Amino acid sequence: MNDMYGKGILKGLSVSLKRFAETYLDDLSWIGRRYRTAEGIAHRSGKDARGIFTVQYPEEKLPVPEEFRFVPFLVYNEGPNGEKNLLCTSCGICAKVCPPQCIWIVRSTDPATGRPVPDPAEFYIDADICMNCGLCAEYCPFDAIKMDHDYELASFERHIYDKARLSKPAKYYESIRPDNARRENAARAAKQAARSGVIKVE
Amino acid sequence: MAAPASNPTLDLTSRFPDWLITDTRPGYSGWLVDKSHLVEFATALRDEFGYDYLSSVTGVDYLPEGKMEVVYQVYRTTGGPGLMFKVQAPRTDPVEVPSLVAIYPGAELQEREAWDLLGIKFTGHPDLRRIFMWEGFAGFPLRKDWHEPYFEEDAKPFKNRWPAGKIEMSESQNIFEDNIAYPQGFRPEGMSFDPEKALYDSLRTYQTNEIGLDTDHIIVNLGPQHPSTHGVFRVAVVLDGETIVNLKPVMGYLHRNHEKIGERNTYIMNMPYTDRLDYLASMSNNFGYALAVEKLMNIKPPERADYIRIMMAEMTRISNHLFLIGSLLNDLGAYFTPMLYALEERELILDIFEAVAGSRMMCNFFRFGGVARDLPEGTLQKIKEIFFERLPRTIDEIDRFLSENEVIRSRGVGQGVLTPEDAIRFSITGPMLRASGIPYDIRRAEPYSLYDRFEFDVCTRKHGDIYDRLMVRFDEIRQSIRIIQQAAKQIPEGPIMSVKPMYQVRVPPGEAYGRVEGPKGELGFYLVSDGKPNPWRYHVRAPSFINLTAFGPMCIGLKVADVVGVLGSIDIVLGEVDR
Amino acid sequence: MDSNELNAPGYEIPAEIKGQIAITSLDRIYNWGRSASVWPMMFGLACCAIEMICAAASRYDLARFGMEIMRPSPRQSDLMIVSGTVTKKMMPTIVRLYNQMPEPKYVLAMGACASGGGPFKEGYNVVSGVDKFIPVDVYVPGCPPTPQALLNGLMKVQEKIRGESIKKSRWYQKGVDSAEIPIPLLGPDLIDPRKIGRIKNGEKA
Repeated sequence: MNDMYGKGILKGLSVSLKRFAETYLDDLSWIGRRYRTAEGIAHRSGKDARGIFTVQYPEEKLPVPEEFRFVPFLVYNEGPNGEKNLLCTSCGICAKVCPPQCIWIVRSTDPATGRPVPDPAEFYIDADICMNCGLCAEYCPFDAIKMDHDYELASFERHIYDKARLSKPAKYYESIRPDNARRENAARAAKQAARSGVIKVE
Repeated sequence: MAAPASNPTLDLTSRFPDWLITDTRPGYSGWLVDKSHLVEFATALRDEFGYDYLSSVTGVDYLPEGKMEVVYQVYRTTGGPGLMFKVQAPRTDPVEVPSLVAIYPGAELQEREAWDLLGIKFTGHPDLRRIFMWEGFAGFPLRKDWHEPYFEEDAKPFKNRWPAGKIEMSESQNIFEDNIAYPQGFRPEGMSFDPEKALYDSLRTYQTNEIGLDTDHIIVNLGPQHPSTHGVFRVAVVLDGETIVNLKPVMGYLHRNHEKIGERNTYIMNMPYTDRLDYLASMSNNFGYALAVEKLMNIKPPERADYIRIMMAEMTRISNHLFLIGSLLNDLGAYFTPMLYALEERELILDIFEAVAGSRMMCNFFRFGGVARDLPEGTLQKIKEIFFERLPRTIDEIDRFLSENEVIRSRGVGQGVLTPEDAIRFSITGPMLRASGIPYDIRRAEPYSLYDRFEFDVCTRKHGDIYDRLMVRFDEIRQSIRIIQQAAKQIPEGPIMSVKPMYQVRVPPGEAYGRVEGPKGELGFYLVSDGKPNPWRYHVRAPSFINLTAFGPMCIGLKVADVVGVLGSIDIVLGEVDR
Repeated sequence: MDSNELNAPGYEIPAEIKGQIAITSLDRIYNWGRSASVWPMMFGLACCAIEMICAAASRYDLARFGMEIMRPSPRQSDLMIVSGTVTKKMMPTIVRLYNQMPEPKYVLAMGACASGGGPFKEGYNVVSGVDKFIPVDVYVPGCPPTPQALLNGLMKVQEKIRGESIKKSRWYQKGVDSAEIPIPLLGPDLIDPRKIGRIKNGEKA
C-alpha cells in the first residue's frame, strides 16, 4: 500500500475539487451565452464540455439528429383543393416486416368493380406495441411511411393511432430529414426521367 | 500477435469406432454421440484431447422426426475453432439424457434451462428445477406443439394485418382479456402447491463444519426489488450470523420469451429483438446475430462495412464498461458521483449512436451483408475528436479518481476470488475470465470480421478478485480506444452492403453457431434453419447467465455486504440472463 | 364551495379580486408543494430503467424537478415509474409494492412494454400492460423513451397533481384510505383473484 494512508482518497478528492471549480470557471468564460443558446448547447455536448453538463429540458431541448426514429407517420402531398394525397398504396410491406406486427391496414376497394385501389382505407398503428425499429420506413418502396422526431407523446390514455392522426404533410418531412428527402426526391426524379425518356425513344 | 493454435486432425472416429458418427444432414456439422456413451466421450474430450471449456448446451425440438436433440459446443482455452457434438433422444415422456455437470460444472444452469423450456430431463443433475418459469407452470413452452395464449399463427407475418387489417387487439381474442390460459378442468380452490418450496429445499442441502454453539441458519432473500441497478434479480442466501453458508440465484423475473418469439419472427425481424438482450451493448448483439446468419447464408460484408462494424462494437464495449464502473461503485457505496462522471462520457458516445443508427440504445444497425446506413456527414470527424482528444484524458481522470482509493482497495482486493481452474470449469468468459489470469479473448483465439488487422493487447490481471475485475475493465477501455483510433485512420471508402437489401432473406437449411467477444463475455447465437423464412431453432448463449454459475461458489464464506460487490463485478444484465 | 359559487355570492365582487379566495390558493399551495417534490421509487425492470438512470444523471437532471431522491423502499416514495416489461413471475411483487406505497401515490407506465405489453406482448410470460392490475396515471410511449420524453411524462404527472383538489382527495375522506389490490397467485398460469369467479365457472381458454 502507499506510504501515507489516505493518499488515494486525497487524490480522488482533488479530482472532484477540480471539477467543482470548473463549473464556475466555465460559466464565467461564457457569461450570458452559456444557457438557452444553440451554441451553448453545442459546446456542452461537444468534446470540450467542462463544467455543468446539464441541458435544461424543457427550456432547452437537445436537438435530435436527422436519423432519429420514434413513432412512424404517413406522408401526404397537398392537393390543389387542400386534400391529402397519401403516398401510401397499401401494398402492406410495412405490415409484413414490422417485428411485433403492430400495423393494421385495410386496403380500399373500388365500390363499382370490387378491384383493389392503391390507397389505404384504414391504417392503424398501436404505439404501445411499436418498438421504434424503423424497419417499416426502411423497406417502404414508395417513401410513404417515415419515422417521426416528435417524442413528446406522453398522455393519460393508451396510444392507438389511426390514419388521421398519423398523416403529416411532406413539408414537415422535408423539414425534419432534409438530406434524406433530397436524396429520395432526386432518385424519384431520375426514375421519372428515365421512364419518360424510354417512352420518347419509342 | 501469435496465430491461434492450429487444429490437429482429431482421430475421434478411430478412438471410438462403434458409436460415434459425423452429422451428415445437409448444412450440419459436428458429431453424433450415442446417448449411453455420452459421459465417456465428454471425459475423453476434456482429458485427452484438451477441450476443457464447454461453451454452450442447448436443446432442439425436432417434432416431425419425433426426437429431441441436445447440442454441445466445446473449445480449447489455448485457442482455435471448436467442436460441436450432439445427442439425440426419442420424444417420449420423459425425455432423458445423461447430465454433464460432473465433468463440466458450467453446464448446470444451461441444463436447467433445457429442462424448464423443453422438458429434457438430465439424469444425474444435482438440482434439476425450473429456472425461468415458476414451479407449477403448466407445460414446456419451447416445444413446437405448445401454443402461447395469444397464439395467432406459426410464423409471422400474420394474415389478419393486411389486406383486411381491421384493428383487433389481442386481448379481444382471449376469454380473460389477458395473456392467460388454464389447463382443462382447473379448479383454483384446489390449488395447494407452493412455488418457493423447491427452492428452499434445495438451499438446505449444504455442508457445514460446525463447531461450538449450535446456531440457527436463517434464509434471507435479496431482491427482486433492491437498490442496485442490475434489475430484477433475486438471491436466496443461507446465513450463519453474517457469513454466507449457501447461496442460490433465482432468475426469470424478466423472462420475455425471446427464443419463442424468435422462432415466429423472420430473420430480419429478429434484429431489433437482439438489441433488447444486452440492452447496454446493443451493437454487440446485432454483430453476433449478423455473423451467425451470414455464416448460414455464406456471404461476407464489404470492407467499409466491416470497419464501421468494428468501430461500433468497440464503442459499445467502452459504453458498457463505463456503465459498469458507475454501477459497481454505486453498489460498493460511493453513491452516485462516479456514476455521474462515467455517464457523462457515455452520453457523448450515445450521441454518436443516435446520429448513425437513429436511437441511443436500441440501434438495429446491422444487416445481413453489411450495415443499414452509411455514416452521415461529419460523424467520422466527431468520432476522431472524441476518441483522440477527449476520452483518453477523461478515462485517466476517472482512473486517478478511483483506482488508489483506500476504501475500494480494502473492499475489493482479496474479496470474491475466482481461481483460474474454477473459471474454466464454470464456463466463465469475458473480463471475468481474464481477470483471473486466463488470456482467452475470441478476438484473438478465433478472429472474426477484421480483428486480425488491428494491434491491441489482451488485458489480464492475476488475482481474480473484485478489484482486479474493475481494473481489467479500465484496461479494456484503453485497448478499445486504441482499436478505434486505428480504424478511424484506416477506414476506406466503398459500399456498405454486399447484397441488395431485402426484407425476406433466403437462408439455406443448416445450422450455424456465431460468436463474438461481447463486453460481458462470449455471446453466441445458435441457429437452425430449415429453408423457411423463419428459423426452426434460435438460441442465445448469454454470457451473463453462464457467468452466474460461479456466483454461488464464489460467495461462500463471505459476509453479506460483499455479495453485492461480487454481483456487481460479475456484470450481469437481466435482459441477457433471462432473455 | 368551488370557485364558481364563490364568485357569484349574490353581490358584485370587483374584477381584480375575483378568484383570490382562501380555498383555491390553499389547493394551489398544497399541490405546488406536492408536485415540486415527487419522490420516484427506484423500480427499474428492464431497458427503460437505463434511460431512467440517464434521466437522473447529469445531462437531463431530475434534481431540477425535485425528483432526485429515488427511494428503493415503497414506503417512502410517491411515484412508481414502471420502467420495463412486466412479467407474470414479477407481477405479485409489483402489486405488493403498490399496496405498500402510502397515499397519495401515482403510477407512470414508462415505455411500450409497461403501457401495453410492447414488442413482447405475444409472449407467454408477459403481462400486456401493467394497467391490467394497477391503475396507471400517465403513459409514456417509446421503446425506450428518450430521457427528454420521460421528462415530458413527468411534467404531465406534475400537471395532473396540480389539477387535484383537497376536497375530492381519496385520503382525506371518511372510509378506507386506499383500496388494496389483491395479490395475484402463480399457478399453472397467473391467477388474478378478481377473476376467480370466472375461472370457477369453467371458462376455458
